[in-house]
Amino acid sequence: MAVRITRDAIDPAAVLTRVGASEHGAEVLFLGVVRDHNEGRAVASIRYEAYEAMAERVLATLVAEAEARRPGIRIAAVHRVGELRVGEVSLAVAVSSAHRPEAFDAARELVEEIKRRLPVWKEEHYTDGERRWLDGHTPPVPEAAR
Amino acid sequence: MRIRLLLFALYRDLAGTSQLDVELPPGATAAMLVEAVRSRGGGFARIPPGAAVAVNQEYAPLETPLSEGDEVALIPPVAGG
Repeated sequence: MAVRITRDAIDPAAVLTRVGASEHGAEVLFLGVVRDHNEGRAVASIRYEAYEAMAERVLATLVAEAEARRPGIRIAAVHRVGELRVGEVSLAVAVSSAHRPEAFDAARELVEEIKRRLPVWKEEHYTDGERRWLDGHTPPVPEAAR
Repeated sequence: MRIRLLLFALYRDLAGTSQLDVELPPGATAAMLVEAVRSRGGGFARIPPGAAVAVNQEYAPLETPLSEGDEVALIPPVAGG
């Protein structure tokens, strides 16, 4: 479960148990949570969709890259898909490290990379009954081989 | 050759389907696949010609040559988190 795409509710405490070590003095937990408004509109729920097989591979790659940038840290990351109501957790990232700066920095960087590269989409459902796919980031694509 | 194409989110809604089998000449590229899909017209034509693609579950340039049996996905701008 250290890296996973799931349809089930995320248990933040369970994600935290996947990091930590006797030599680690810092543990950081980030939660992405469904918010009740966006761009001036009242949000009832968000439907998250993923290219699940690829998303799990990409998430594993992003976590491996983040761990390689700061040897010794431990990371767990879980992204949920399906229809989530306001207040439900869509993303949990846990990082542990010897000291706090690298745990905060690694958690922040990983969340930004997830938003740039994970093949996941969200459709906002508004309280007035309308729905809309949110504009996203064009993922970076490798250069063509020459 | 036959290519299995997956569509997600906005692109699936535009196309009205999440999966298509597309027949292409041997050696065709991902860009040619996108053009073949767009030429179906209607909602398909609203998929951008420069859409991001994944070949066998990895992001790939549009110049990528495809092979029989490849799984290709059109990836709308992503919005996870």
